[in-house]
Amino acid sequence: MRKTLLEIRGLSKFYPGVKANDNVSFTIQEGKIHALLGENGAGKSTLVKMIYGLVHPDEGDMLLHGEHYMPHKPSEARNLGVGMVFQHFSLFEALNVAENIILGMEDAPPRAELNEKIIEVSNQYGLPLDPNRLIGDLSVGERQRVEIVRCLLQNPQLLIMDEPTSVLTPQEVEILFKTLRKLSSEGVAILYISHKLDEIKVLCDHATVLRMGKVVDTCIPAEETARSMAEMMIGGEFAMPTVREFTPGKTLLHLENLTLESLDPFGTSLANVSLELRSGEVMGVAGVAGNGQDELLLALSGERPTDAGMVKLSGVEIGDMGPTTRRALGLLAAPEERLGHAAAPDMSLKENAYLSARVRQGLTKSGFTLFGKRDDFAREIVEQFDVRTPSIDNAARSLSGGNLQKFVIGREVLQKPTVLVVNQPTWGVDAAAAADIREALRELAAEGAAVLVISQDLDELMEMSDTFAVLAEGRLSKPRPAAGMTVEQIGLMMGGNLEERANA
Amino acid sequence: MDFSALNPVSLMVSLMIAATPVLLAAVGELVVEKSGVLNLGVEGMMIIGAIAGFAISVETSNPWIGMLAAMVAGAVLALIFGFITQFLLSNQVATGLALTLFGLGMAALLGQSYTGMKPPSTPHLDIPVLSDLPVVGPILFSHDPMIYMSIALVAGVWYFLNRTRGGLILRAVGENHDAAHSLGYNVVMIRMGAIAFGGACAGLGGAYLSLVRVPQWTEGMTAGAGWIALAIVVFASWKPWRLILGAYLFGGVTILQLNLQALGIGISAAYLSMTPYLITIIVMVIMSADRRRASINAPASLGRIFNASH
Repeated sequence: MRKTLLEIRGLSKFYPGVKANDNVSFTIQEGKIHALLGENGAGKSTLVKMIYGLVHPDEGDMLLHGEHYMPHKPSEARNLGVGMVFQHFSLFEALNVAENIILGMEDAPPRAELNEKIIEVSNQYGLPLDPNRLIGDLSVGERQRVEIVRCLLQNPQLLIMDEPTSVLTPQEVEILFKTLRKLSSEGVAILYISHKLDEIKVLCDHATVLRMGKVVDTCIPAEETARSMAEMMIGGEFAMPTVREFTPGKTLLHLENLTLESLDPFGTSLANVSLELRSGEVMGVAGVAGNGQDELLLALSGERPTDAGMVKLSGVEIGDMGPTTRRALGLLAAPEERLGHAAAPDMSLKENAYLSARVRQGLTKSGFTLFGKRDDFAREIVEQFDVRTPSIDNAARSLSGGNLQKFVIGREVLQKPTVLVVNQPTWGVDAAAAADIREALRELAAEGAAVLVISQDLDELMEMSDTFAVLAEGRLSKPRPAAGMTVEQIGLMMGGNLEERANA
Repeated sequence: MDFSALNPVSLMVSLMIAATPVLLAAVGELVVEKSGVLNLGVEGMMIIGAIAGFAISVETSNPWIGMLAAMVAGAVLALIFGFITQFLLSNQVATGLALTLFGLGMAALLGQSYTGMKPPSTPHLDIPVLSDLPVVGPILFSHDPMIYMSIALVAGVWYFLNRTRGGLILRAVGENHDAAHSLGYNVVMIRMGAIAFGGACAGLGGAYLSLVRVPQWTEGMTAGAGWIALAIVVFASWKPWRLILGAYLFGGVTILQLNLQALGIGISAAYLSMTPYLITIIVMVIMSADRRRASINAPASLGRIFNASH
């Protein structure tokens, strides 16, 4: 029996109106990989932030090696051997790898020495890094390495990983798992937060399940099925989407050699992207983030106009039209960034509903807003998509990520688009809500619309797409039927395997 | 027209004097912007510095105490801006503009009884022997200490930003304040420090104007120098050394314009007075034409409100 590393005893954290954590207790053993499972808003993030010293608990205490442990700030936690890799990386794009690592260390050695150490440690754990490269030039997987190496350089005893695989290719996930297993064999405990149940099943030794801020169950993942763990997590069964017959109709969206230079210095320009999206079709576009996904969405939504002929909607050239005209014609888009792009953070839900649906839902008359009609539409979204919010007067910012995402998708779906483009529709959304969103998108296609799903979640794409393409370095592979493709094949295409891409 | 009346050496010397107030204010603002804060109140802080420095120098008959007072006054005004934007989370652009208007009005009020007075003179630092060299002597080795200090300050800021841990943290805060916060850095206090430094530099720049360059107190005497300082920070694409280039270019055009007026060129003085500002706009348009390059150097969190609660 290994020794107990961290014991959490009755931790509680209350926010106005919410119990983020309620009397949470569990223990983490040395050298074990411990999973923390739960839906969005179950209190996982708050809990690990307390362990890392970013948030202070209102009640309860913690023991590290049997001694009282209550860090007041992250640097204290780091000094005591607790490191954390964030879901949203705490990295600085305009700084290089070494500078980013220095910022996360208490007493960094001189630069030359540090650079050597970075190379040594990163190679030792199979995560090679060049200390002098700018973060902005790195892929998402490489950025995560920087975070991990930053923690490793401080010889942690406990490494907290918050949703580490949500943006990785399958190959990168394998590398990460190897690294984590090596660490655990060296005695480092890992607290692994995820809602990807298959991963937890293959990786973790123990799991603690949180729901509504409380520990509802514990289990040994290897002895459970993904489904049984999901049920512990959400406290009930959730509907898996049904298999749908795919009979494509006429072409609705036609891209012809769509080329668009990226305005973001770290972005990727689109080069000769061509595709035909037909009525009733759900097309999945896979690819590692930063390969032109944002640019593709901007070109389709109309935020970045192109040559008129590059984008055609039902045969009409719309490439040079703005978003409002495109919306009127039936091409709708839901971008990835929920706060600030898909929704205005400080405006209420009803105002946000109005912003996107004004034209299609006829929410104005002679230049005046029809308030009643607008509110009805906002309410319809909230009801049909099970958006959990006290009222439609609440600011978009006040909703949890998953709820806001349901609102954003619902808002577009209910406008009955001809073509709907979504980027990362279920990013950071819990399993039940994600299933609802996918179901809604498929239903939309079943009713005759065409849906383009840009996502980095391969399982999601495989589950919902009829056809499948990969966006790599701004180029789109030829779409193929999704049936019969293996995740490995796609992973190789995404990771930039040239041979595969040439064949694709 | 007799261009031989233009003596290149004395032109060079007066160019440096004209450029120094702008350079001082710009180097302060550069640090502020590197920390992710956009303080448009430079003009207001400069003029408060100008009157505070002038008044205290007159009262104490010591220009150095006056300059110190100008730095304190500029920093205090900046901290008001800091409190409103960092703690009360107000909009930085609006608050900065208000600060400028407030500073101009406040300075006019404080300065009423000082109009037309003569401040104590600031001694020159003539470096023996070297300052007697022809051409090079007057240009490089015979200035008031503040000119050397302004250059040293630029060098110091460059060293701080690029070679020290403190500078790295400051840049990190300006680049991504959420990430800096999650690593445990106190974003608000780091920014308050930068804002105070920026205010002190702007105040010193203002005092240089009223004590050395003019030297006299006149209402509204900064005449847009604070705005030029802001422009020069962008012109320099947030790189300290380029501030010198920008400030001296601006100073050069100002001086040339004054001399051309003195020569009696047949162009209206109004047009000539416009040229430094015009040149600044033109240069900035050229500089920012290449969006990719400019946006890499710009601090990514510039002007964004930081709210630690999420």
